[in-house]
Amino acid sequence: MSKRDKATKSEAHDDARYVVGIDLGTTHCALAFADASVEKARTEVMPTAQLVSQAAVEERELLPSFLYFAHASEGAMALPWDAKRAYAVGEYARTRGVEAPARVISSAKSWLSHGGIDRRAALLPLGAPEDVEKISPVEASWRYLEHLGEAWDARVARGEESGKLGAQDVIITVPASFDAGARELTVEAAMAAGLERVTLLEEPQAALYAWIEAMGDGWRRHVKPGDVILVVDVGGGTTDFSAIAAVDRGGQLELARVAVGDHILLGGDNMDLALAHVVKGKLEADGKEIDRWQMAALMHACRSAKERLLSDTKVATAPIAIAARGAKLIGGGLRSELTRDEIEAILVEGYFPQVDAGARPVARPRAALTQIGLPYASDPAVTKHLAAFLARQADATRKLEGFPAQTGGALLHPTALLFNGGVMKGVALRARVVSAIDSWLAADGAPPVRVLEGGDLDLAVARGAAAYGLARRGRGIRIRGGTARAYYVGIESPAPAVPGVEPPITAMCLAPFGMEEGTSASLPPHELGVVVGEKVRFRFFGSSVRRADGAGAALERWGKDELQELAPIEVTLPAEGRRDGDVVPVRLQASVTEVGTLLLEAIPIAPVAPDERWKIELNVRAPE
Amino acid sequence: MAETPLPFFARLVLAWTCFFRVLFDGVFARDVSNVQTRGRLPEVRPPTQSMPAIPPPPPADTALILLGIFQREGRLVDFLEQDVTSFSDADVGAAARVVHEGCRKALRAHARITPVRSEEEGTRVTIAAGFAPAEVKLSGNVGGSPPFTGILRHRGWRALDLSLPIPVTGHDAEVIAPAEIEL
Repeated sequence: MSKRDKATKSEAHDDARYVVGIDLGTTHCALAFADASVEKARTEVMPTAQLVSQAAVEERELLPSFLYFAHASEGAMALPWDAKRAYAVGEYARTRGVEAPARVISSAKSWLSHGGIDRRAALLPLGAPEDVEKISPVEASWRYLEHLGEAWDARVARGEESGKLGAQDVIITVPASFDAGARELTVEAAMAAGLERVTLLEEPQAALYAWIEAMGDGWRRHVKPGDVILVVDVGGGTTDFSAIAAVDRGGQLELARVAVGDHILLGGDNMDLALAHVVKGKLEADGKEIDRWQMAALMHACRSAKERLLSDTKVATAPIAIAARGAKLIGGGLRSELTRDEIEAILVEGYFPQVDAGARPVARPRAALTQIGLPYASDPAVTKHLAAFLARQADATRKLEGFPAQTGGALLHPTALLFNGGVMKGVALRARVVSAIDSWLAADGAPPVRVLEGGDLDLAVARGAAAYGLARRGRGIRIRGGTARAYYVGIESPAPAVPGVEPPITAMCLAPFGMEEGTSASLPPHELGVVVGEKVRFRFFGSSVRRADGAGAALERWGKDELQELAPIEVTLPAEGRRDGDVVPVRLQASVTEVGTLLLEAIPIAPVAPDERWKIELNVRAPE
Repeated sequence: MAETPLPFFARLVLAWTCFFRVLFDGVFARDVSNVQTRGRLPEVRPPTQSMPAIPPPPPADTALILLGIFQREGRLVDFLEQDVTSFSDADVGAAARVVHEGCRKALRAHARITPVRSEEEGTRVTIAAGFAPAEVKLSGNVGGSPPFTGILRHRGWRALDLSLPIPVTGHDAEVIAPAEIEL
């Protein structure tokens, strides 16, 4: 791998006064920052100004990731910095999600990582009325980032050009499970929002940076060489796992992210909805009818009840009260309750069952004619997904230099556990995760995990991203890791066509696992032919387990689930200096940019101009 | 100036103060009577005695914003405006839970409130001379000179800070909650 002008690029970041961490979440966003001009800089959370009702702006620590398109009759969704805006982002948009759901975008981030759709196409909100001008998942993310930028500019920059968010060193977090395409689209959204100095960071890593900052210098007492830290991050919409190893490098402790999990659309919102359905069933048994509006209120009430029951083990029941909708509050409301037994049965046993290490999530075959929608996880058991992750990544530390080899066992053995995400605030849920992992470790003859305590689970990712910004300037330890996947291009092998049988395909590795930012992979020997003036598509694959494949390695067969097919890639050769229709032999080269995105380029074997190369587009819409 | 009608809250305050002045100030009562019966204002006369000026009430907007928050988050105005007498304690209790949860969340989000006295209620406390009468109210056998010793009956509350939302253009504070029409 060759280093690309790394020094000059990272210096460019150093003149920004602030390092800013943005948690661009599925259900909430948050922004934290640190003033790098201060000697012992600490991270702080910026309260984000947002509309909280039709006519009031408040600063809140979290910006709900919702976007509401106001109807013309409602007037402007005025903000202190824009009196004429036609849409609202944040708390008021979330409220309107209950009152006028067809005009509200939610979970834009899940759409952004959904390879089955064209993520640059204006399709959100799904089913919006005709007067709404729909936007793409990329634009929705752009609007959230833009809002954070405007709130920052109004609060911090106050008219100073150098104080604006676009001039700061901004770190945006993405799920560790985001593939190269979703990462690139996130950067695209950030660029559109005017954030020019952006770097991506995996959310579980951010959580660990936040923990390290919260512990101060004392963190080294809790982490020793040989440790494998498992980060379990269960947020509002997604579940994300990562493993980070602590390695002794010549007396220095080094942290290396060794494995990431798959993208699992499963989170706190699913759990609240499950509780709401249980209470709804109880109310309906009493002859009460629940409408859509009450269902949303019920979900809210269940969330509060859940938080109480999960955080205080002495509470046996939590009352649920839903007010009548009209001005007559008393008498028309609905009353019910959630009991500890129900919470245990639904959440602890339903979402975190005590399973053995061999348990795997059940995949439900998708109906042939599915409506356009998000690919939600079909198995709600977080512990099964976790068991599957640890089993898939059993070899994650085997090739790690200077790391003591794990002795036996069918699972990766974590030694320490860090929780993140709002759901993991529940004491009973944390206890269950610990007991499940401990039982798997005991079966493998390994010692139990220690829990790394501390930190605010809602804001840790934003804080950790800002802390990473400081670490990158040499003020703290950095987690190494590089790309969490290896990437492959699919080449159809020449074979006689057989009806009904797909031609065999060879997967050629373009980007090996663990490529560091600012490096390029070596040029693979294989040549591919592309036609001048035509769009040429290739199938594209990723693997989070094949660590040994170098650039150019050609796989003719691979284990089940080792490779996942991603959205295809596409290249168009301009006709300059060549004739339309000519076949030009090229080689494909992968690089990882300083920003943290994958760059694929086609390099002609016989260039007609110096340094000729064409960018290959990721994120092409998957074939129907 | 005379053409601008007074807003409702200013009128409320005016009616309140006028009530007492009509009762206790004969000259003022005669002038009001002239306006009331003959529809004209009294002639301007030099003041015969100096009247203490009543300071204008604070603007009502921020209070209305706070009322709006408690209504939006905790349905407080709905609760207070409804007649509770015909409902069972269970019904009132269910509604009170909604109001309590919402208003408590709203209160904590917008104000930091702390007791004035940190001691437990029911304990004996001694108040030294020079205490602020706004902070400590004496009751019972009030007399003598400080230091006073007595039993803390109520800890008191103090707002450490209050943060209100920024009203945006087009905002009408008098609308505590808009009417809602489902299409």
